[in-house]
Amino acid sequence: MTTRAPAAPPDGRTDLPDVRRRPAARTGLWFVLPFLAFYLVFLLWPAIVGFGYTFTDRSLAGGPTSFVGLENWAESLTDPAMWESLWNTLVFTVLSVPLMVALALALALLTDHARKLGWFLRFGFFAPFVLPVAVMTLIWGWMYNPSLGLFNGMLGRIGVEGPEWLFGEGTAMVSVVVATAWWQVGFNYLLYLAAMQSIPGDVYEAAAIDGAGAWQRIGRITLPLLARTTALIAVLQLIGSLRVFEQIYLMTSGGPNFATRTAIQYIYDSGFVGLRIGLASSMAYVFMVIVIAASVAQFRLFSRKEA
Amino acid sequence: MAAARPPAVPPSAARPLATRPPAGRPSTRGPAPRRRLPRVTVGSAALYTVAALAALAWLLPLLWAIDTSLKPEGETTLLPVTWSIAEPTLEAYRLVLARGDLVRWAVNSTVTTVIVTVLTLVLCVLAAYGFSRFDFRGRGWLFALVIGGILIPPQTLIVPQFVLMTQLGLVDTYWGVALPQVVAPVFVFILKRFFDAVPREYEDAARMDGAGPARILWSVVLPLSRPVLTAVGIFTFIGAWNNFLWPFIVTTDPEMMTLPVGLGTVAGQYGVQYAQVMASAVLGAVPLLLVFLLFQKNIVTGVAGAGIKG
Repeated sequence: MTTRAPAAPPDGRTDLPDVRRRPAARTGLWFVLPFLAFYLVFLLWPAIVGFGYTFTDRSLAGGPTSFVGLENWAESLTDPAMWESLWNTLVFTVLSVPLMVALALALALLTDHARKLGWFLRFGFFAPFVLPVAVMTLIWGWMYNPSLGLFNGMLGRIGVEGPEWLFGEGTAMVSVVVATAWWQVGFNYLLYLAAMQSIPGDVYEAAAIDGAGAWQRIGRITLPLLARTTALIAVLQLIGSLRVFEQIYLMTSGGPNFATRTAIQYIYDSGFVGLRIGLASSMAYVFMVIVIAASVAQFRLFSRKEA
Repeated sequence: MAAARPPAVPPSAARPLATRPPAGRPSTRGPAPRRRLPRVTVGSAALYTVAALAALAWLLPLLWAIDTSLKPEGETTLLPVTWSIAEPTLEAYRLVLARGDLVRWAVNSTVTTVIVTVLTLVLCVLAAYGFSRFDFRGRGWLFALVIGGILIPPQTLIVPQFVLMTQLGLVDTYWGVALPQVVAPVFVFILKRFFDAVPREYEDAARMDGAGPARILWSVVLPLSRPVLTAVGIFTFIGAWNNFLWPFIVTTDPEMMTLPVGLGTVAGQYGVQYAQVMASAVLGAVPLLLVFLLFQKNIVTGVAGAGIKG
């Protein structure tokens, strides 16, 4: 940043297609360079090196490494456990995305209408979002406790024997989804709330004069105007849900019987428990391609709808 | 939002990640007229009841954690499960704090989070400004490269990143925790879009006075960008403070763990001492809840303006 370019051409225009303007050219590069250096070392380089690892039997424990061709790819692509982890990720995504979009919309509508409670509602609905994941999992793990927890305690009072929650193969994933929704919906909620509050009030007033009731105003004005926001939230939530790992890992360790082990945990288990860098990397690439494809596809889908 | 409206939105900003007023028609009459508050009717009474109940339900897990943390250990396992506490006590908090690791983790979290936040802001602001204002050779594809990075899920890079950290000798160090987290291409994108919208007339004036590009960035552009900088700063801070996977992988020594990692791995092993587990959870929640209370306004407008996800 010490490079002080000689004063730009007197007209001060930097967007002229003048290739000969060398000084300004180099100045721009100096601004960009520090970020690019970090980007290169900590993101791009690992991504490239990781691809190389997929062709080796490199171990995290050290020792000699040799080239094994496509063995890791063959192994990960034929491992039923990998497909199961992808399936679990998909189940989590399919359950959590609609829930966390709809819930965010409902909470935002409540807040937008019950304006006198605005501060309290915003605090209540968004506060969980700022909790560290371990705080959330400790609290929800305790509430889900089959014998001593709050949920089964309340169910017991009305004479119902509660489920095993996180310890049941059939209920573990749903339990995790519910806890996740509570924890993370606040962000989507704020996006919705901001969009709602930017709808000019006179639109509603005009509708009210025309005799539209509260529900009609929501259905005919609010929701259609929020279509773009909904698309944005759905895309962000889809990408976020596909990447799920930590709350599930902390609540169930992927159990019971691997029923909640997700793709990221499979990568973690192969690399840091099994110590097999090559296998973990090939899985990481399979998953990376899936996530990128999903994001691009959904972006395309939504932008076409808008056009 | 406080910044002046741009004369024209450049094409690169046309793909909006942000929520903007859906109608796109800026109100020309100053602040939009407030919706008339509903009269007190059965409908609005029901609305307020539902809203208040929903918010209470949302806070229930936190209240339950606090409730448990105030019980003596003996009372936490009594059946039937109850909210009432026969002998409320702060004993669990005393025991947890006396163990000392919670404080240690909070210090680690603070140090690494500050490093991440400061570095992220500096790197991303410089890069965004460079991409926004200078037409250097290779700009197009370098920017495409950065934007492409948004698509890469960082979780898929944990293995090679860990190998790199081993080679650099940074495992179990603050830098090891912090450095891979500072690469946030999405913030370059958001900041560039914001800088693109800052009218260049201001800068031209400063340039006439002989200010160089660094000076112009510091004293002209950054002051105009305060809302977006605050938002990016806060979200980087929250993201870094709450990051779990990477610190979990790069720290093995409990002395070097961050708060989420320590709470998740060690505190979970307090075993059946539920009051202590909940006391540590409550203590772990306090720092960012305070940040949230202090910056509530910035967070809300930040989300509105940028649509960023940490």
